[in-house]
Amino acid sequence: MLPGHRSIKTALRTALWFMFLTLPFMVVRVNTLKGEVEWRWQNMLWVGLAVFLLAIVWDIALSNRHKRSDRKPSASQTLSRLSQRVFHDKTVYLPIIAGVFCLALLFPWLFNTYQVNIMVLALMFVVLGLGLNITVGLAGLLDLGYIAFFAVGAYTYALLNTKFGVGFWFSLPIGGIVGATFGILLGFPILRLRGDYLAIVTLGFGSIAKIVFENWEEVFNGAKGIAGIGRPGLFNIEMSLEATTTYIYYLMVALVMFAAFMTNRLKESRIGRAWLALREDEIACVTMGIDMARTKLSAYAFGAFWAGLVGVIFAARNTYINPNSFTFMESALVLSVVVLGGMGSIVGVMIAAMVLILLPEYLRAVAEYRMLVFGAVMVLMMIFRPQGLVSNVHRYYRKHSETDAAQKG
Amino acid sequence: METLLQVNDLTMNFGGLRAIDHVSLEVRSGEIVALIGPNGAGKTTFFNCITGLYRPSAGEIRVFPPGQKEIRIDGFKPNRVTAIGMARTFQNIRLFSAMTVIENVMIGRHCRTSTNILGAILRGPRTRRQELETIDKSYALLEKVGLTRYANELARNLPYGAQRRLEIARALATDPFLLLLDEPAAGMNPRETKELDDLIVQIRDRDGLAILLIEHDMKLVMNISDRIVVMEYGKRIAEGTPDAIRNDPKVIEAYLGDETDA
Amino acid sequence: MEYFLQLFSSGLTRGSIYALIALGYTMVYGIIQLINFAHGEIYMIGAFVALIVSGVLTIYGFSGASILVFAAVVAVIYAAAYGYTLERIAYRPLRGAPRLSPLISAIGMSIFLQNYVLLAQTPDFLPFPALIPEFEFIEPLAHIIGSAELVILTVSTISMIALTALIKYSRIGKAMRATQQDMHMARLVGIDVDRVISVTFVIGSVLAAIGGVLVGSYIGQINFYIGFMAGIKAFTAAVLGGIGNIPGAVLGGLVLGLSEAFAAGYISSAYEDVFAFGVLVLILILRPAGLLGRAVKQKV
Repeated sequence: MLPGHRSIKTALRTALWFMFLTLPFMVVRVNTLKGEVEWRWQNMLWVGLAVFLLAIVWDIALSNRHKRSDRKPSASQTLSRLSQRVFHDKTVYLPIIAGVFCLALLFPWLFNTYQVNIMVLALMFVVLGLGLNITVGLAGLLDLGYIAFFAVGAYTYALLNTKFGVGFWFSLPIGGIVGATFGILLGFPILRLRGDYLAIVTLGFGSIAKIVFENWEEVFNGAKGIAGIGRPGLFNIEMSLEATTTYIYYLMVALVMFAAFMTNRLKESRIGRAWLALREDEIACVTMGIDMARTKLSAYAFGAFWAGLVGVIFAARNTYINPNSFTFMESALVLSVVVLGGMGSIVGVMIAAMVLILLPEYLRAVAEYRMLVFGAVMVLMMIFRPQGLVSNVHRYYRKHSETDAAQKG
Repeated sequence: METLLQVNDLTMNFGGLRAIDHVSLEVRSGEIVALIGPNGAGKTTFFNCITGLYRPSAGEIRVFPPGQKEIRIDGFKPNRVTAIGMARTFQNIRLFSAMTVIENVMIGRHCRTSTNILGAILRGPRTRRQELETIDKSYALLEKVGLTRYANELARNLPYGAQRRLEIARALATDPFLLLLDEPAAGMNPRETKELDDLIVQIRDRDGLAILLIEHDMKLVMNISDRIVVMEYGKRIAEGTPDAIRNDPKVIEAYLGDETDA
Repeated sequence: MEYFLQLFSSGLTRGSIYALIALGYTMVYGIIQLINFAHGEIYMIGAFVALIVSGVLTIYGFSGASILVFAAVVAVIYAAAYGYTLERIAYRPLRGAPRLSPLISAIGMSIFLQNYVLLAQTPDFLPFPALIPEFEFIEPLAHIIGSAELVILTVSTISMIALTALIKYSRIGKAMRATQQDMHMARLVGIDVDRVISVTFVIGSVLAAIGGVLVGSYIGQINFYIGFMAGIKAFTAAVLGGIGNIPGAVLGGLVLGLSEAFAAGYISSAYEDVFAFGVLVLILILRPAGLLGRAVKQKV
């Protein structure tokens, strides 16, 4: 579809408007400390050009969005249908899963330690994404302080290990349980809050957690953080750094599978349906006999459980933690994983975490702009594809008698 | 006939405004009772009070679940009221629009099943049996309201009349002994209203449920109700059989005067 | 006593800045029930534009208070333009979308704007040219209030009076009040609701920018991140006063500013920010309608 005369004119006007908007920021760079001014007029040209093109694309995309209600299958509908098929047809999805699984198993043998290490980070964000996906994607409770539970897990292990010599494997479930406990504790007072207030309060909780870690020197060692945390062990065998990395990698692969499996089971259960209903309409939900407090708390607890668990692994992998690893930006990062992947969609979250973590690592040019891109991703996804890359697939429920017949036939 | 629901002197204030003023009402088993009155008479507020969405300012609400002792439910949370056995629909449809039709009905089964997080993850035989039961019951209900072929469509894609019927199926899934319908015929065409008429009577006759409904469609109300309660400005102004109400001068003045086409 | 008065005047100063920003939150929330998460960023952009303009002018040899006024005017214009554009891009396409969508879009916009300034300018703190002239105070006052504080109090008072007058007496003010009452009805009687929403964003941004310029010259340095904390505190102020309620936002700002100053002065400043969050959490849990707000029953 070619842009019409009018949309070109609009795009020109938009370009001029943005050249004006970005003038002080993109063109001037002032250093009041040294008393220097730098003028970068060439930037204005780039902004103008880029915005002009973007405005045309934006216009087309928006008009497509409005036309989506027509019966014509659009690109996104085709995509949805494709994913529908992929997820429902065993002959399609089983080989894919098997392939991905083999690749995941072979990964440490194909790539070097540095890359395995990055992959471990990406897998951590997969699990974090799956956890937050329960709270935000399924239950619809926007949590902007999610990383605090991750921090709680990390500090739990750090303290248990450095102060009491507790081992990794014993701490792993404890981290998850402590995370979940905090999820419930923080969830209690905010049960009655509506979506947007909830977002702000969780943001507040997240920030409070960080400030407490920073300022409570006696327990958390303040901004200096905690060093010398033990790596995960395996029957007291001494392992080289590479071996440990590979070990943690496989641990993460297992954890991802475990998390995906559990989330999927829950999603297609009485509990998962209650979460979805809560997201859709709180009032209808309670009048259908669902206990709102329990449902909300279970979503919080389960989401926080995964964050706590991954927190333990994070502390063990880095052997050093400080409060700066747990800022709002990390919470925002996990949120953009969920938003990009698709609220409620397990596969989507996995893909999104890979994209958002690996892309900046491998494309250095992107790294600098990663937060800028995350911000833009959130806005654009909400406008053009609120269901995410892979939309949540609803299970197809057959009648019992039909299932019997299908099995016999 | 035994009493199922007994409301005594229910009063609801919003700040200085009295939305319901000492209203009493009784529903007995096997009855279809209609609650009518002009817009703003407080009918939906009345529903919200008995279903636990609002906490009434004064008065008492007692229910007598069949085969159980009486329970005083004013101040109960909505989910407890539903668990006791009263289910409702909403005037402005409140379906879980991004869930499928069958999932909407399955939500209604929530309070009659018991799988917890651990059970859902392990998916043992008990969980699986419960889940199959839920699916079957839900399908049976969809059949009853004639929505089986939409079972796996998203609820928001249903036509309007079908959405209303889905709300009824969802409410029925909670196994109530009393069904509260808030303007079930609103926005329906005459053919759909006729079908609804049959459905409501069928729910009473075959399933033995009592029904309390708010409705503006006088033809429907007069057709199916055993008893009618009329409200105006938060007060109960009349009660009686359809014939008695039709001829009650107070009601005609307050409400029916310019609305009946009969 | 003197210490008390010092804390009081610094709390008042702080509070009036919170109030200026809180007004933007409250006005937007009153009309479209959205927490404009990026509002703090508009404040930061206002402060930054003022820094850039006054910085350039100072470096090229201009000086004096007139620079500050000029820089403030440019900052206000730019903040208004950003506020307007923000609404057009990130919120308008989402009218009628599920509640979570505009909120996530707002958070995205906030992150985007922060990093836009970080990348285009600098991640470091930049000193803000000292432009507020030093006044001579008579003796007992001189220990209690500084000239910057006096300027802030005066300017913010004038801005708030101007806003009140605008909303009360102007045509657009009436349209805003009508839209706040019932957007659907306002549209039916011929009010251009989209325009009202744009104007609301612009006014909110103007106030935030004034706050940004004042804070910049008061604290003396800014960076790309100042909007985050200020935004949350101002939001706290708005909630404290009862969100959607304009006098409430001012009251909330002052209460928060004063209590923060006293808590920091008499207890400890390490947990200053925890204090604001604590207030926010407590208010939302105990009295979500705020000090001046009325409890509204959700319509079923």
